[in-house]
Amino acid sequence: MAEQKTTAIKPLNKMNFYKKQQRLALRNCGVIDPESIDEYIAVDGYQALAKALTGLKPEDVIQIIKDSGLRGRGGGGFPTGLKWDFTARNSADQKYVVCNADEGDPGAFMDRSVLEGDPHCIVEAMALCGYATGATEGYIYVRAEYPVAVKRLEIAIAQAKEYGFLGKNIFESGFDFDLHIRLGAGAFVCGEETALMTSIEGNRGEPRPRPPYPAVKGLFGKPTTENNVETFANVPQIILKGAGFFAAMGTEKSKGTKVFALGGKINNTGLVEIPMGTTLREIIEEIGGGIPGGKKFKAAQTGGPSGGCIPVSLIDTPIDYDNLTAIGCMMGSGGLIVMDEDNCMVDIAKFFLDFTVDESCGKCSPCRIGTKRMQEMLEKIIEGKATMQDLEKLEELAHYIKENSLCGLGQTAPNPVLATMKFFKDEYIAHVVEKRCPSAQCKSLLRYVIDPEKCIGCTLCARVCPVDAITGEPKKLHVIDQEKCIKCGACMAACKRVQAISRI
Amino acid sequence: MIKNIAQLNEKKEECFAKMTKSDAGEALTRVVVGMATCGIAAGATPVFKAIEQTIQELALSNITVTQTGCIGMCQYEPIVEITVPGEEKVTYVQMNAEKAAQVVKEHLANGKPVADYTVSAATE
Repeated sequence: MAEQKTTAIKPLNKMNFYKKQQRLALRNCGVIDPESIDEYIAVDGYQALAKALTGLKPEDVIQIIKDSGLRGRGGGGFPTGLKWDFTARNSADQKYVVCNADEGDPGAFMDRSVLEGDPHCIVEAMALCGYATGATEGYIYVRAEYPVAVKRLEIAIAQAKEYGFLGKNIFESGFDFDLHIRLGAGAFVCGEETALMTSIEGNRGEPRPRPPYPAVKGLFGKPTTENNVETFANVPQIILKGAGFFAAMGTEKSKGTKVFALGGKINNTGLVEIPMGTTLREIIEEIGGGIPGGKKFKAAQTGGPSGGCIPVSLIDTPIDYDNLTAIGCMMGSGGLIVMDEDNCMVDIAKFFLDFTVDESCGKCSPCRIGTKRMQEMLEKIIEGKATMQDLEKLEELAHYIKENSLCGLGQTAPNPVLATMKFFKDEYIAHVVEKRCPSAQCKSLLRYVIDPEKCIGCTLCARVCPVDAITGEPKKLHVIDQEKCIKCGACMAACKRVQAISRI
Repeated sequence: MIKNIAQLNEKKEECFAKMTKSDAGEALTRVVVGMATCGIAAGATPVFKAIEQTIQELALSNITVTQTGCIGMCQYEPIVEITVPGEEKVTYVQMNAEKAAQVVKEHLANGKPVADYTVSAATE
């Protein structure tokens, strides 16, 4: 009987959503109880730490990470082994390991999911990093907006101390390591490594110039290794299974997998982990199950307010660090927002710029003033008041901000504008020259019109119009007064049976 | 305190046995509820309680119920997965307390998965 039933039920791993996925960083998410160290141990937890501390020299650990080809998953893509090596080579009385869990991109929740689903793996990875680089203390900087993640991390640290995986003389190797949690108050700039360390030190979260790099002078002025949550999540597996296991996945220069938070105009939203080199088409059409309502795919936004967009013409690009950089985009931390034909690209650019204007810390003027001026220019474009000269100025200013800002926030803030200008220049020009929004999204530029051929004079639209902008006698053609119209769309919704009203 | 690999391996054996077998050595059915922020926000807590309560009411044995992290499909939360020893894992989606109690009665007590609530029914 049970046999008969189960054949009708398709297992999750055979569904399209999971078929192309490969779970490495998320291997324990949705499998074990994150609040139980025993379940983590049951699935090989702390084996990598034991292996390293009892059988590998710190330089061996770094070599394995280097050979694996692991690169920073926070967005930059810097080789992790090299980063560890830099810190290891600097001698000091105290060194630190920092985990960047200040996930601030709109639409991104990869790090939260790892911390909530597998916190011990971060504890283990940070201890491994401490051993490799000579650090004896670690800090996890996590957003206060992630209370479940914070609670589970606290439980994990307490359990690890109890079992002797943190503290003095771990595995009787003479290696000491302790971990602390610091809560961020929600400033986006604190995701930037130097601002994050300044915040841990108890100061206002502002970036500092590099060099000196954190590997030389980081937290409390000491050599520091800072990695993102997802980067750390890969480390125990690499140490345990060897560099070759990891290097076998992915593309030539981007090894392993990447976790994406898939959202926007897509049927299956969710957390997906794919091998590097998977194409955007596979993510959208197979894993994501396509776009709702039979709409056409227009572009995918990656990297949030620091990233760019991949247009439909490049949908077959295999996703890895270098391919995305080559097309003027960026891997980013893993937010992937799908947009269809109804999204106006100028509006999208403005959305992200509004975010960076809010979040700019104000320390350097290119970012503080520059992004504000860019925002004003975009407003002019959206309102149909801009000239072609404004477009040129916008682009020039964008490049200036990229080159002159102090930290990553300002250096990448113009990316959404530059990427949309590169691939959707025609949309910008339509706004400027024709005073028209091709996706009919920008309120100042769109108009609602009644088709004289179709209108049956039912008066329905006139009755729902909140500002009495529609006039006409029963059974005769109705007209919308564009001066009065507030573009609320109520008339179009009311006319759904006859469909005489359109938005242009 | 675990001081060396031998002790860690010993602990691993013990923990793995605890996850999969009862004290009497019988294979355990494992029920996991996705309880990351996303699952909790969608209502996983009452689902978890309903499962525990119904199991208790029916006096079912050899079952472990545990929370877990994000299973990955946001719009189908709360998600519950049941693995009966020797059978393929069954994923239930968009659960609530009533559906969860029904699943315990039909799937766990009577061995008949509730096909209508599974992910394959929801997506196809």
